[in-house]
Amino acid sequence: MAATGEPILEVRHLVKHFPLTQGALFRKQVGAIRAVDGVSFELRRGETLGIVGESGCGKSTLAKLLTALERPTSGSVRIRGREIAHARGAELKQVRRNIQMVMQDPYTSLNPRMTVGDIVGEPYEIHPEVVPKGDRRRAVRELLEVVGLNPDHADRYPHQFSGGQRQRVGIARGLALRPEIIICDEPVSALDVSIQAQVVNLLERLQDEFGIAYVFIAHDLSVIRHISDRVGVMYLGKMVELGADAEIYDRPVHPYTQALLSAVPVPDPEGRERRQRIILQGDPPSPASPPSGCRFRTRCWKAREVCAEQEPLLQIRPGTAHASACHFA
Amino acid sequence: MWRSTTPAARGGAGPHDGPLLAVDDLHVEFVTRQGVVKAVNGVSYWLNPGETLAVLGESGSGKSVTAQAIMGILDTPPARVSGGRIRFRGTDLLKLREDARSQIRGRRIAMIFQDALSALNPVFTVGAQIGEMFRVHLGDSRREAHRKAIELMDRVRIPGARQRVHDYPHQFSGGMRQRVMIAMAIALDPEVLIADEPTTALDVTVQAQIMELLAELRRESDMGLILITHDLGVVADVADRIAVMYGGRIVENALVHDVYRAPAHPYTKGLLESIPRVDRKGRQLSAIEGTPPNPLDMPPGCAFTPRCSYRQDNCVADVPPLHRIGPTRGSACHYWREVLDGSHG
Amino acid sequence: MGDSPAPATGHARHARRPSRFRSSGSSRGSGRRGRAQEIRPASLWSDAWQDLRGRPLFVGAAFIIIVFLAMSAFPRLFTSVNPFDAATCQLSDARQGVSGLHWFGTDNLGCDVYARVVYGARNSVVIGVTTTVATALFGGLLGLVAGFTGGAVDTLFSRITEIFFAIPSVLGALLILSVFRTGNVWTVVLALAVLAWPMTFRIARAAVITAKSQDYVLAAVGLGASAPRIMFRHILPNAVAPVIVVATINLGTFVAAEAGLSFLGVGLNSPDISWGLMIADARRRFLEAPGPLLFPALFLSLTVLAFIMLGDAVRDALDPKLR
Repeated sequence: MAATGEPILEVRHLVKHFPLTQGALFRKQVGAIRAVDGVSFELRRGETLGIVGESGCGKSTLAKLLTALERPTSGSVRIRGREIAHARGAELKQVRRNIQMVMQDPYTSLNPRMTVGDIVGEPYEIHPEVVPKGDRRRAVRELLEVVGLNPDHADRYPHQFSGGQRQRVGIARGLALRPEIIICDEPVSALDVSIQAQVVNLLERLQDEFGIAYVFIAHDLSVIRHISDRVGVMYLGKMVELGADAEIYDRPVHPYTQALLSAVPVPDPEGRERRQRIILQGDPPSPASPPSGCRFRTRCWKAREVCAEQEPLLQIRPGTAHASACHFA
Repeated sequence: MWRSTTPAARGGAGPHDGPLLAVDDLHVEFVTRQGVVKAVNGVSYWLNPGETLAVLGESGSGKSVTAQAIMGILDTPPARVSGGRIRFRGTDLLKLREDARSQIRGRRIAMIFQDALSALNPVFTVGAQIGEMFRVHLGDSRREAHRKAIELMDRVRIPGARQRVHDYPHQFSGGMRQRVMIAMAIALDPEVLIADEPTTALDVTVQAQIMELLAELRRESDMGLILITHDLGVVADVADRIAVMYGGRIVENALVHDVYRAPAHPYTKGLLESIPRVDRKGRQLSAIEGTPPNPLDMPPGCAFTPRCSYRQDNCVADVPPLHRIGPTRGSACHYWREVLDGSHG
Repeated sequence: MGDSPAPATGHARHARRPSRFRSSGSSRGSGRRGRAQEIRPASLWSDAWQDLRGRPLFVGAAFIIIVFLAMSAFPRLFTSVNPFDAATCQLSDARQGVSGLHWFGTDNLGCDVYARVVYGARNSVVIGVTTTVATALFGGLLGLVAGFTGGAVDTLFSRITEIFFAIPSVLGALLILSVFRTGNVWTVVLALAVLAWPMTFRIARAAVITAKSQDYVLAAVGLGASAPRIMFRHILPNAVAPVIVVATINLGTFVAAEAGLSFLGVGLNSPDISWGLMIADARRRFLEAPGPLLFPALFLSLTVLAFIMLGDAVRDALDPKLR
């Protein structure tokens, strides 16, 4: 599972602003939601990068940018050196073969009026060059088998499957084109607890078998820790800390990461009375009008004047081995 | 403050040497087009004053249906309580007339839900909705209700309560809305508060705030808290006792420390081994194979049998009773000894 | 309603797959779960057809509709009396009750009501069915395009429909029909369709917008699917149900609207026969002779009912969850 070689996915200064408009007939822009505001990272072959953050931090927009479902306002996304952020038509279609996704909700991500076999086989109809026509049925059966579903159920409809099985169908669809990168946007958060482990294990096995690299986006810090080689923490459109999983979880330096980690309930009641917990006050500010300087400063107990004036950059700071965006790290 | 009387001083619905609330062999069915769904099959649990009981289960385990039966807010039909008792301070709620029950509902047993936005009326201010509790139940004047609403919003730590009392639900964030719901629930000093997945829709930092608030409120009074959740972390954090539900039954109940130290039911054990942990990087997760049972098509015998690594032939035939394996502990597994030994070893 | 373009494509695509074959067997409801091991080709439209054939509602509706279609095409099969032949009407027989000779009695002019109902089916059924199909296709297709494309196209189309909504329907129909010197079936169809399509447009557009925002559409985009594939494979099947329901309900309205227009003198004129005309003519003497009004009204209701039943059955069959 170890990451090797040069990056296959390079994200540079990625920005996505959604304009806020007013007026029914003649729209004029009155502001912008700064959903993703300058995010950079790399992903290597066979590696898992976990992206963690709370609602509104921009992680789902990031997933859409990486899969070219949204066009960035600025910045670049390169897959094996090919820019996808501005690719169109046949070129975009080609790049998409190499970056696929698994979505959060297994109930809405499968067309209820298509059979599971047709859903998993659709990638081959869109990209007919991948598997010759005569072999597609066999390829679909193989895919279903790989993700642990009975291939004889290919003619059933999604509603005849449980949530966990549907998520396997979604994974099979993502695997069909043999991509090197799969973006997983909250792939287990809609599933029952006892099913989550099955899907996590499946994703790990597929990574070992096919050398896939994952960008694994989730709000569940425990799942992220389990599956990730490296972890990025997002807050209000910015990456505030990025590094190897052990660095982030055992030696977090950004106050937000520290608060986030301390808020996660540990499934062990021993010593719970002594557990130190940082309770953040209030809610995150609106991404339409983020605070000046450091975006976390309005909830931060370390905030000083400099935090309002200067934006801390995501960089490796003295005394740490990983990048963080805090003046006092 | 209006918190002048303890629950005991107010007098109960009858003699109450036993627990505050006791669910006893409860059965709930849903009549659907596809047939009768047995959602709850003989559930028993109890709650003492000042105690936090966690009811843990996945979707379809019957944990929420049981709570709705206690509140008396099941949709009937299609739902139907087909057996059992729900004793609140000794009185069987199921035998009470509707007017007597509505005296208890919201006033002495209150409930908060996962989705606070849909539980609040979008066209009234939160102040009006909190004040409504006092106006309906205590017959307070508008002015008095308004004052108490502000006091309550302070108590659930909504900043700027004096101004925000005039705001509408959509102007609040998810966490603040849940605080409004909690304010309404505790308005009349209930003796039992049922919280049905109160933090599932919330971010982890907000979850921590809400759980902290619930713990404080419970410490301040003698209120019993039933916390319905699927999150083993939340349970470990706040609960005194736990009741684990699967397929409409209680499969294990115990003190929280006992369960995490050594689970006595294969399902509990499987769950604990299958969840990743934030405080350590584990190896591969040992997942529970298979899927939760379809309530329309329950397996015979123990519902967990198809997924169980301890199963024997008799598991399919006999529904295991809740074996009493300690003063405060039960396990509905024929082979609980083996499970316990396995847990220790 | 079944001839929108997509079903045909769906069928053809799957029919070409040689490796999949259909096993015989019951295709209804609970049977599905048990037949897990069977290998059968599956597509929405072929499965829907399998399902429809087993629905009593569909079979009944289809039977009634076939009878009425046959009646419109070959009225001679149903009666030997030709109501267009003036000799068949005897004033001396006027307003007779039900008898062996005159099954439905006779009208004011002594004409056989049964023969007139049979011969009236053609105009009524043609107007109802053609207007329904035309509005469903035109309004539905525009709605699909507007909802799918969004932006300026959507705004433009939506504003245009609002102009049509603003026209009072009676006045609008009068205006359109007065352009033509003589009213006939096709001018009536045109007038009704021009006024009715915006309703279908709106419903189709709303359904398309709902379907468009679903995750599976996003997933298809992520796979690199083309716009036509997304429209016809993912959005249309999930948006077609409300259009079918409204279209079949509207059918009855169209048949009735024809009667209203004819009554105002801009629709069909005697000696043409339609159920609408017959009802309009018989209204004044309803209390003395209810037959000439009741029988065409009964046939009209049966037609409307059959099409609504058909629409319901098709809608359910297109939803795998309801099969």
